[in-house]
Amino acid sequence: MAPSLREGSRSGALSFGAKFVFEALSGKLSGVFDRLRRRGALNETDVAEALREVRVALLEADVALPVVRDLVAKVRDRAIGQEVIRSVSPAQQVVKIVNDALVEALGGGDDDNGLRGLNLNAPSPLPILMVGLQGSGKTTTSGKIALRLRTRDRKKVLVASLDVHRPAAQLQLEQLAARAEVTSLPIIAGQSPLEIAMRAMDVARRELYDVVILDTAGRLAIDDALMAEVAAVKAATKPHETLLVVDAMTGQDAVNTARAFQDKVGVTGIVMTRVDGDARGGAALSMRAVTGAPIKLLGAGEKLDALEDFHPDRIASRILGMGDIVSLVEKASETIDQAEAEKLAAKMQKGQFDLADYAKQLQQIGKMGSLSGILGMLPGVGKLKAQMADANLDTKILTRQAAIIGSMTPKERRTPDIIKASRKKRIAAGSGVTVQDVNKLLKQFDDMSAMMKRMNKLGQKGMMRGGLAGLLPPGLRGGGRPF
Amino acid sequence: MALRDLFFRKPSAPVADAPDTPAPLADPAPSAATAPMQAPVSDPSRASVPAAIPEEPTGWFGRLRQGLSRSTARLTESVTSLFVKRRLDDAALEELEETLIAADLGLPAARRIVAEFRRTRFGTDVTAEEVKEALAESIAAILAPVAVPLVIDATRKPHVVLVVGVNGTGKTTTIAKLGQHYRDEGRRCTFVAGDTFRAAAVEQLQVWAERTGAGLAAPSKPGADAAGLAFDALTAARAAGTDVLLIDTAGRLHNKSALMEELKKLVRIIKRVDPSAPHSVLLVLDATTGQNAVQQTKIFSEMVDVTGLAVTKLDGSAKGGVVVALAQEFALPVHMVGVGEKAADLRPFEARDFARSLMGLE
Repeated sequence: MAPSLREGSRSGALSFGAKFVFEALSGKLSGVFDRLRRRGALNETDVAEALREVRVALLEADVALPVVRDLVAKVRDRAIGQEVIRSVSPAQQVVKIVNDALVEALGGGDDDNGLRGLNLNAPSPLPILMVGLQGSGKTTTSGKIALRLRTRDRKKVLVASLDVHRPAAQLQLEQLAARAEVTSLPIIAGQSPLEIAMRAMDVARRELYDVVILDTAGRLAIDDALMAEVAAVKAATKPHETLLVVDAMTGQDAVNTARAFQDKVGVTGIVMTRVDGDARGGAALSMRAVTGAPIKLLGAGEKLDALEDFHPDRIASRILGMGDIVSLVEKASETIDQAEAEKLAAKMQKGQFDLADYAKQLQQIGKMGSLSGILGMLPGVGKLKAQMADANLDTKILTRQAAIIGSMTPKERRTPDIIKASRKKRIAAGSGVTVQDVNKLLKQFDDMSAMMKRMNKLGQKGMMRGGLAGLLPPGLRGGGRPF
Repeated sequence: MALRDLFFRKPSAPVADAPDTPAPLADPAPSAATAPMQAPVSDPSRASVPAAIPEEPTGWFGRLRQGLSRSTARLTESVTSLFVKRRLDDAALEELEETLIAADLGLPAARRIVAEFRRTRFGTDVTAEEVKEALAESIAAILAPVAVPLVIDATRKPHVVLVVGVNGTGKTTTIAKLGQHYRDEGRRCTFVAGDTFRAAAVEQLQVWAERTGAGLAAPSKPGADAAGLAFDALTAARAAGTDVLLIDTAGRLHNKSALMEELKKLVRIIKRVDPSAPHSVLLVLDATTGQNAVQQTKIFSEMVDVTGLAVTKLDGSAKGGVVVALAQEFALPVHMVGVGEKAADLRPFEARDFARSLMGLE
């Protein structure tokens, strides 16, 4: 277990650490099933042994005990007596059953109504109430939601902080609102949370805001006075969404918190924050199972645009180390200029990709967010990603590379082969880097060109089968095929 | 067969329905909301009005339950339900292990405790109280070596305390509480507002500095270099003969290597002023955190040589059982616990009290 923990600890953003548990779990299960490989149906003893590992892994992942029991029972019922499919190992088959049960437990599967994200189907001004424990990330999430509603949904957003307890909390939301370019309710010192909420709704009605985000103070689920306070705010403003913000690192207490807020305030959805950490995120399973409230959004970074929709199937895939290619494609399509991308793709296929195109591509990647975040969505690049994180890859490198290319002449960009010692020296001086950095970039560009040739050879079919990992040199490939 | 028992066993205890009857997962109906872990004691109306508790068939048990605090109800309830008038056999021990895991103790810690029980009491009839007392003893024994206060070296002038941790654990509030504490001891204290990233973090510490009468070193503009700020603050503090310099840092996830490098840089830079600094590196952990606290402690220790821990938010329903796992794995001192939002709500960590609170005793 230790090496995989270590590996997990250094992976970049969006790894949604549970994946590492399940990578380890797949390994353990392989051990259990090694001796009975290809032997007809799964019998009860085999399954029981495998489930012991499943149970321990789920508990270590902070999934609450009753939820673990239920999940394990479900997997056992489905696994026993199943024909072992010839093409996969029994271990892979059990992992698949675990995956399916996981998707269901997270709100996916057959009962999935397909409703995702925030429900904005109500007359304006639509109040959204943010609740949760101290330090779970309510204020940051409020800023992120405000930004998303303004940019993606084209809403006129007003935010108001009802946190009169923590010093400078109102100021924090005001600054975030400025960054998100939405209005923040002017702070009047000495007002009670209820008064602030009423004032916010009043302003929103008069000034025709679409959405009002009410950020509340962090409170303990067992603090009856503060719970009553937020319940009063809820009664007065009748929020269309009451979002419980929970830290992905939360342990077994997640169920207590979720249930207390559900009982005393009532929540319509859950936002999980810090999924860019390496916590195993068992809290997601626990809270969903206990409250029945859907997980609506994921916070995956400190920047204001680091907010994602929750997708049970995708998250379960990511949990099982299969990557999240759909999210990547969506993110890419949101940020990348379509025409530009098509031009690039055409060039790539013809093998005419040059450094100027590379610079353009760097710009677009920069727009998508951190490299490690993007890599986290690719299937089968777990190990590679850890290496990248170790190498301290971040957007700064992209900026530096763009600067290097910027110091080249158009001719050099078209035909990098002509760049020899003296040109390298000039480019390095022009972009404020060393000759080694220039060399590194040229080497990287060479590798990329080589990769593109392989990609063309592999064709579309190969891409589908091997995922992007198929493109990488064998030494860099992440832990084996998905399944 | 043992595994089946583990999932289907009905504890013979007369207590509610605690760990059996798992709630159907896909069913968000009322049964799921009330079933497995809704221990009766966690109902606030009952806990605050002991008279309302109906008479239990076993009188001592009713009295015991009255004494339990609401927040520890879950663990104690399931332990109690496991062991009242019960023979300590393999199945019981396995359930005990699960129960400890459910209290965030972590697998190694749970196994060690269960192993000790197996050695000393296997096959004996034990009561709930005995089990709880013995468990508390085991846990206290694990925690006792790490219950060490944070000692300020008065000769340092200043003694530099670097405060680190992931986002939202309570670093700034802990610094404020420490500042108050040192002021009460008559020490001169300066805060360094090293969280130059998060919105209004500087203002937050500024308010605390005013309330506690500590000095404040604030960055000239948002996003300024925290290392440079700490360098200047330490230089100034040495000149002024300040006793304690408390350096706040921006919360960072331990798996973001760039941010961890930034923290290492801060340490490197302040060593230029005082090679022995920082004299203490305090890692602030949130009690609601589960097993991820192990990773946090591991990585922060590797990167900046953590010298001790502070556990915050222990006034909630989470009891910070992971501290037991941390004590076993890292043996880092646990200096203090945070039990509220006021400046005075910072207590020394007491192994025995903590262990007994985990088990719902006293």
